[in-house]
Amino acid sequence: MDMKRSYYEDIRLFSSGVTIFWFILLMSFLLFYPLVFKNYYVYMANYVAINIIVVVGLNLLVGYTGQISLGHAGFYAIGAYATISLMTLAHFPFLLALVCAGLIAAAFGFLLGLPALRLEGPYLAIATLGFGLTITTIIGRIEMLGGRQGLHAPDLLIMGFPLDTDRRFYYLVMLITVLLVLFARNITKTKVGRAFIAIRDAHIAAETMGVNLLLYKTLAFALSAFYAGVAGGLYAFVLRFIEPELFSMFLSVFFLTMAVAGGLGSVMGPIAGAIVLSFLDLQLRNILSIPYIGDWLRQLSTSYFSLTGVSNIQFIVFGTILILIMLFEPMGLYGLWIRAKKYWKTWPF
Amino acid sequence: MIDFLQMIISGIAVGSSYALMALGMVLIYKASEVPNFVQGEMALLPVFMAYMLIYSYGQSVFAAFFGALAFAMLLGCFIEFAVVRRAKNPNILGLIIITIGLEMVLLGFVSWKFGADQRVMPFPISSYSSIMIGDVYISTLDLLTLVTALVIMTCLFLFFRFSKLGVAMKATQQNETAARLMGIRTHRVKMISWGISATVGTVAGLLLAPVFMEPYMMWSPMLKGFAAAVIGGMTSLPGAVFGAYIVGIVEHLFGGYISMEYKAVVAFAVIVIVLCVRPSGLFARHYVKKV
Repeated sequence: MDMKRSYYEDIRLFSSGVTIFWFILLMSFLLFYPLVFKNYYVYMANYVAINIIVVVGLNLLVGYTGQISLGHAGFYAIGAYATISLMTLAHFPFLLALVCAGLIAAAFGFLLGLPALRLEGPYLAIATLGFGLTITTIIGRIEMLGGRQGLHAPDLLIMGFPLDTDRRFYYLVMLITVLLVLFARNITKTKVGRAFIAIRDAHIAAETMGVNLLLYKTLAFALSAFYAGVAGGLYAFVLRFIEPELFSMFLSVFFLTMAVAGGLGSVMGPIAGAIVLSFLDLQLRNILSIPYIGDWLRQLSTSYFSLTGVSNIQFIVFGTILILIMLFEPMGLYGLWIRAKKYWKTWPF
Repeated sequence: MIDFLQMIISGIAVGSSYALMALGMVLIYKASEVPNFVQGEMALLPVFMAYMLIYSYGQSVFAAFFGALAFAMLLGCFIEFAVVRRAKNPNILGLIIITIGLEMVLLGFVSWKFGADQRVMPFPISSYSSIMIGDVYISTLDLLTLVTALVIMTCLFLFFRFSKLGVAMKATQQNETAARLMGIRTHRVKMISWGISATVGTVAGLLLAPVFMEPYMMWSPMLKGFAAAVIGGMTSLPGAVFGAYIVGIVEHLFGGYISMEYKAVVAFAVIVIVLCVRPSGLFARHYVKKV
């Protein structure tokens, strides 16, 4: 049904007029969103958008290139710390600092990509995991970066215009998110993206066909790290305060959960995954105040479990999602969407 | 010199608990080709169950430990049977994600049940008493860990060498199709591998619990065990043990001579170096995929 007949049809940004219509609708929704919704929901949108950036970047690495990374919180931390310290110590303007932070993260991504050339499967998993842990440990020990106490974000000015509320910051975050998502979507259609997919499907065959593994594997790591770095820089200004504990191993796992839940190897899937799971994450943080379920959980916790540990239900929910998706729909939400679409298009048959 | 010896001894002692985790890891990797992130939590749940048996049900320490080990066996079998086996045409990424998911579920469950408080596991041997060998001190608990680790390693060696089940396990690991053709129920053998691995992990957990007991207690030993297994090559039992002792000793020497602060992460530096030199670990033949 979605048969592509020529190369130019494949690389077009919008496959039909209907897509353009939906795109415009989405953009205008995003434009008017902060005017309609309350402050908390704008904050939520910023948080979701930042997660979208990370997950789209992570998906370029995990979904398209097939390299697992359990260390993305490390790149995220590098981005956050680099942005703030470039602004406070070197007095860079925000956007320049953000891009530089992304590039620093990309440089670390390149470094991590080098051993990844020779590693696969469990070896790569433990190496990236170790990377993430090492970064947070090192950052926590550097006095200049605030050590364990953490850092406060400076005031944010863009060309003299202060972005001091969530509402004002929202437009900047959304602009960057849309640009980066479009960039990711386009890169999958280029030579680079095809090389990534070839490496994922059969790296030896890809090498035989002339794909430079050294170049493209490190590029995938660097690109993915760039996304995480930029997102980290933005995150620092959403929270306005960062400390090493924020960037734990569980954050890396959370990013991976979002990518997997959305569907690896597609651009739209991870976005859906990031939206659904970030929303769930924010809801589960104060789980006891959810109507009905909250009261029931409070009773259950006091009689059988402990009330202090109730926030850990979050882990149970995310873990269950990971397992169920891997067991029943490895393509995640995107896979469900494809199946639903197919079902309706071919309905009576 | 005495400092040096002391550090080596402490390194070996802590390496023993890593070795137990690494052995569990390798057992499962050989059976199901999963890097098992749930290894730590498969031990965590039985350890907390032992704690509950002692405090809520008034059982004796030995009965509780025995109960915990039996429960670990069942838990490992259940995880393989109910989750890992059900994965549709699993690739390595999918399996890693499944074990991470399991890990989160079990960890969440235990921390929901017990909160984040520090607890103290009653243990027949005090963790403060120590004995002197020559000029170096070793705490009796460390000594017990060391001896237990050695006993378990020997048992595993004998098990794989002489028992029928052990040989069947080795056959399944080497060539599953051939093993099934020879009449081995490979699924059941894999399931038992998971059970044994959880039991071995629980032994490590029970030995760690008197010193430090809270829901995150198995997290660091699990990662160190994983690192050790990777150094040893993921598929070699002696390699895993050797790797664990390397990790333990390097950690202590690094902590003593260079920096106490970075001690926790030095294991990962070691594995990155080892993997750069030998991408499949020290003890495994480099795996070359046929095209």
